[in-house]
Amino acid sequence: MDFKSEWKKLLFIAGVFLACFYLPVGSSRFDNAVGESLHLVKWYAREHVLLCLVPAFFIAGAISVFVSQASVMKYLGARANKILAYGVASVSGTVLAVCSCTVLPLFAGIYKMGAGLGPATAFLYSGPAINVLAIILTARILGLELGIARAAGAVLFSVVIGLLMHIIYRKEEEQKTTSQMAMPEPQAARPLWKNALYFASMVGILVFANWARSGDVRAVFLCCPGGLTTYQVEGALISKTEQNLKILDTSGQTHEVPAELVQQVQDVGKNSIYELIYRIRWLLVVLLLGAFSLMVLGWFTKHEIGEWLAATWGFAKQILPLLLLGVLVAGFLLGRPGHEGVIPTKWINAAVGGNSIWANLFASVAGAFMYFATLTEVPILQGLLGAGMGKGPALALLLAGPALSLPSMLVIRSVIGTQKAVVYICLVIVMATISGMIFGAVWG
Amino acid sequence: MIKIQILGTGCPKCKKLLENAESAAKELGIEYEIEKVTNINEIMKFGVMLTPALAVDGQVKSVGKVISPDEIKKMLV
Repeated sequence: MDFKSEWKKLLFIAGVFLACFYLPVGSSRFDNAVGESLHLVKWYAREHVLLCLVPAFFIAGAISVFVSQASVMKYLGARANKILAYGVASVSGTVLAVCSCTVLPLFAGIYKMGAGLGPATAFLYSGPAINVLAIILTARILGLELGIARAAGAVLFSVVIGLLMHIIYRKEEEQKTTSQMAMPEPQAARPLWKNALYFASMVGILVFANWARSGDVRAVFLCCPGGLTTYQVEGALISKTEQNLKILDTSGQTHEVPAELVQQVQDVGKNSIYELIYRIRWLLVVLLLGAFSLMVLGWFTKHEIGEWLAATWGFAKQILPLLLLGVLVAGFLLGRPGHEGVIPTKWINAAVGGNSIWANLFASVAGAFMYFATLTEVPILQGLLGAGMGKGPALALLLAGPALSLPSMLVIRSVIGTQKAVVYICLVIVMATISGMIFGAVWG
Repeated sequence: MIKIQILGTGCPKCKKLLENAESAAKELGIEYEIEKVTNINEIMKFGVMLTPALAVDGQVKSVGKVISPDEIKKMLV
């Protein structure tokens, strides 16, 4: 045996053996956490995959194939209008950053060959947060307001960070010479209204298929040991006794809340249009699906449809395994909302409960260094929120997390140098902390 | 001897393009050398910002998409 080449394998096997030897099966916390992680996976599979993720993959596929990236990039070129460049950079992540692995090359390109450091950092910050898949999944699982806050916060603060970076380094920027960009040739364009209708019908299907019933009551209660954070549940009241309150929420989960934690129970005002849409939602979906099929068959060539399906399948293949793993890990560590995983909720409450500056700062710093594979930030955040994380720190983590990770920091450093990278990272952490605090103060 | 370069930071699409380029070159039966360019600053020197991209003898031929072996063959001859 050649020990020199085999020692790594030996170490690995020894490690696995030790892990198995001391496997804490039988300890109630461990067994419970395994159950939690399986419950969470089942819940995702039942509630989110067919109606939410599958249409989202089709939309992302369509964007990556049918929206001409060259037409967006011309606003980020070297001779582009500077003010327009910031605006375009801050929102173009929806179109350009459909896959997280495209963000860094685009960032480097905009910096070195295009509109410069300011727009490049604006793009780098907002890109991962506002790609379609991230917005859809965040809004669906973590709630509409957090989804919107994530997108709006990312766009707004990306411009601020971009401008700050530009001001700090404006002298260097003036001396920089730019090289020529290589761009794909623009494809034969479809009239804009056709593209708009096509995308609108897809988004419509996604929205109506997921139209949730509004609940009858909304309960606000203190969450978790320590009770720093309030938690809201909307649904039908099952029972109310002296000891506890049982609510069946709109996604089909039952929540049992000890009566002493309940702060408020109120009736939900019924909005008649909202209820009507809920009742006819399948009719709307079928109509839209019909219109959509006609558009696809009438306007697109076979080749285009093939490319679109290939891109959609590509996203599904790339993201589903990561998400499954992310959900399993999040469920194991943190449990479902209202249940405990391996990590005691006490700790989470102490670190990121409430809306203090420390909770927000801790969330931003942790998010900045942690690596989240595409979309896995969503189940992890869901677990943290359920275990007592405040909504402010949750937003802080959502803003700092996907924009930065230790590996991406290293690439950024190689592109813009150590000093600029450090300034950028500090700006991101500060901005994420501030937006978390504002959001927590308003909606927490 | 043709030099084929695949520009990309290592996402699944780049690997697919590498496979396609290799099979195209093999089918043509030409003498070739294939190189993966993964360093982001090297990629920028080509002027490419949408990965994956394909360069033949230093000339960028395709940007931002995975192209089929048939399309690559046309670029190699």
